[in-house]
Amino acid sequence: MAASVETVEKVQSLGERYKHGFVTDIEMETAPKGLSEDTVRFISAKKNEPEWLLEWRLKAFRHWLEMPEPQWAKVDFPPIDYQDAYYFAAPKSDDDKPKSLDEVDPKLLETYEKLGIPLREQEMLAGVAVDAVFDSVSVATTFKKKLEEAGVIFCSISEAVQKHPELVQKYLGSVVPAADNKHACLNSAVFTDGSFVYIPKGVRCPMELSTYFRINAENTGQFERTLIIADEGSYVSYLEGCTAPMRDENQLHAAVVELIALDDAEIKYSTVQNWYPGDENGVGGIYNFVTKRGLCAGRNSKISWTQVETGSAITWKYPSCILKGDNSVGEFYSIAITNNMQQADTGTKMIHLGRNTRSRIISKGIAAGRSAQTYRGLVSLGGGAENARNHTQCDSLLIGDRCAAHTVPYIVSKNRSANLEHEATTSRISEDQLFYCRQRGIGEEDAVALVVNGFCREVLQQLPMEFAVEAQKLVGISLEGSVG
Amino acid sequence: MLEIKNLHATVDGTEILKGIDLSIGAGEVHAIMGPNGSGKSTLSYVLSGRDGYEVTEGEVLLKGQNLLDLAPEERAAAGVFLAFQYPVEIPGVPNTTFLKEAVNAVRKSRGESALDAMQFLKVLRAKVKELGMSDEYLKRAVNAGFSGGEKKRNEVLQMAMLEPALAVLDETDSGLDIDALKAVADGVNALRGPERSMLVITHYQRLLDYIVPDRVHVLSQGRIIRSGGPELAKELEAKGYADIIEAAA
Ligand SMILES: Nc1ncnc2c1ncn2[C@@H]1O[C@H](COP(=O)(O)OP(=O)(O)O)[C@@H](O)[C@H]1O
Ligand SMILES: [Mg+2]
Repeated sequence: MAASVETVEKVQSLGERYKHGFVTDIEMETAPKGLSEDTVRFISAKKNEPEWLLEWRLKAFRHWLEMPEPQWAKVDFPPIDYQDAYYFAAPKSDDDKPKSLDEVDPKLLETYEKLGIPLREQEMLAGVAVDAVFDSVSVATTFKKKLEEAGVIFCSISEAVQKHPELVQKYLGSVVPAADNKHACLNSAVFTDGSFVYIPKGVRCPMELSTYFRINAENTGQFERTLIIADEGSYVSYLEGCTAPMRDENQLHAAVVELIALDDAEIKYSTVQNWYPGDENGVGGIYNFVTKRGLCAGRNSKISWTQVETGSAITWKYPSCILKGDNSVGEFYSIAITNNMQQADTGTKMIHLGRNTRSRIISKGIAAGRSAQTYRGLVSLGGGAENARNHTQCDSLLIGDRCAAHTVPYIVSKNRSANLEHEATTSRISEDQLFYCRQRGIGEEDAVALVVNGFCREVLQQLPMEFAVEAQKLVGISLEGSVG
Repeated sequence: MLEIKNLHATVDGTEILKGIDLSIGAGEVHAIMGPNGSGKSTLSYVLSGRDGYEVTEGEVLLKGQNLLDLAPEERAAAGVFLAFQYPVEIPGVPNTTFLKEAVNAVRKSRGESALDAMQFLKVLRAKVKELGMSDEYLKRAVNAGFSGGEKKRNEVLQMAMLEPALAVLDETDSGLDIDALKAVADGVNALRGPERSMLVITHYQRLLDYIVPDRVHVLSQGRIIRSGGPELAKELEAKGYADIIEAAA
């Protein structure tokens, strides 16, 4: 997202508002409650979108009307009342935001503290008005300059629609079609923000797009849409989300992420998801229904998903790879932690189409409290996928005896030359291990965190350094109160 | 240093320790010998505060502090160290990480500042060298895939890092060949000092040739039935447990 541009606008609009004595026209800022074709038109008009995009949204909306909710996931929640929600609201005014960290929920601050997040970033994350914004301008500008020099396009999807319509039109919906599933349909119809990345031929993106993104974490939306294109021979590492717990008044989140890797390109996409999980009884948490899919379109391309899922009341998410190019590689590394009443149904799909395609799945599920989680994974080999290989390893760790973990692997093979390996284990955190740690002076909760971090190590190692450290702390924090 | 008075303990409702009295002075090394099932490991767990080992009577004081009210990690901070008979594997957690967590946790509860990574590694490398271990071993996960000898040596390394006031070594000799036994004994002997008391639990006299104790106690069915100097271990070796136990009855 173009932080500098946004920031400047924000600051300007602030001045504007002072000038006009805070008069804002609510009618113009927020779409009426509920979802209809008018809502979709309103959003598209607000964003000044070209005709083709409006049509695309409307088509998605019409599909959405007819499409049933996905039923196969092992999650349980009351029907969603789509008409009882707002689908477009202008960003919150600074007047509505806390003025300083003193006004922020102390519990939230405590967690920031434990994660070791610097004060400035705490302010950004907690949505504190004004101050932090100025601070981020210079940092953001430096990043932006570096990226521009490399020819990398990194901006909000709305900005990309205006400035790079040919790229957006070519790739939007090319991996996750508008009619893919009910949640993706909804996103296609009403998405309001998200990121756009284009890495030109032969360019290795000069930085993790993580750091940059985090500064903009404030705007993480309800219906995010992300599109990343790595042109031939390019490389990018992108980190989404953040370890700090994020709160949002909107219960339903339905994001779509599409990745496209052309010949010899590589995309590494890492997610740390820590949306509000609800209280101990599961009241008030976020429903996170995400469609993430990458297309290894070119030869020798590679897409790697790494996720650390600790938040949300319900997680429904299957970052997948379509391995179309010959010799392409798909990877999925996942840590899912559920505690209290959380439910997670997550996994991946590896669709092998090209020759010599390889995929690797490592899933680590940790369930505590009364939570339930399912690993659901599909490995599919098409007729043309000569010599395709997959290795899947699913390990579940249970803490306490009121939680549940399930593993549901699906394999569809139309090719006899395939080489598939699947390993699955389920274990309980052992009293021996905890006592051993405690005898050495490590407190019980730290001992749990240590053992669980060890259990997740293979996945944590996949994360960019700076986040690996935070993610380790997050693992401990997510499991607080799970023993004893 | 350590005062155990009339200690009774039950496991799952069965009384295993039936009134133990034992006093170890600062700098002393005492050995507890006894047949299998006599309650040796139970004593080590009761001293270190393991869940499920319930003290029904008696007291345990370390430097005058009542240990029985403390959680296992608090006892560790107070200076209790247990070298396990069966060291536990913790997959995915490198030895260095584990030791750093442990050392800093103990320092913290003693009101000392945490060691940073550099300081810590310096101390650790020095100890590893002293014990004749290789650095490579530090990167491996705690006890995971270690040989019996490596596990026991790792216990001694942890003890060296944590510098306990009371070290309880539960059958640290079991499963070791003679070279490994010597190496472990050398490590333990190097840690003997005026500020440290040790309770060396063993089934066989062999270990006590290398770690020479000040006192030897014979445990049978949850009671200390005889105590004596190092010569008692030799007598046990010569006569066997049955004779000694019968003579004491
Ligand atoms: N967890 C337990 N539950 C029930 N009985 C136990 C348990 N642990 C030990 N015991 C019993 O306590 C007695 C002493 O065991 P232990 O302390 O392990 O002996 P030692 O270490 O001297 O071989 C044995 O009879 C053993 O069966
Ligand atoms: Mg024993």
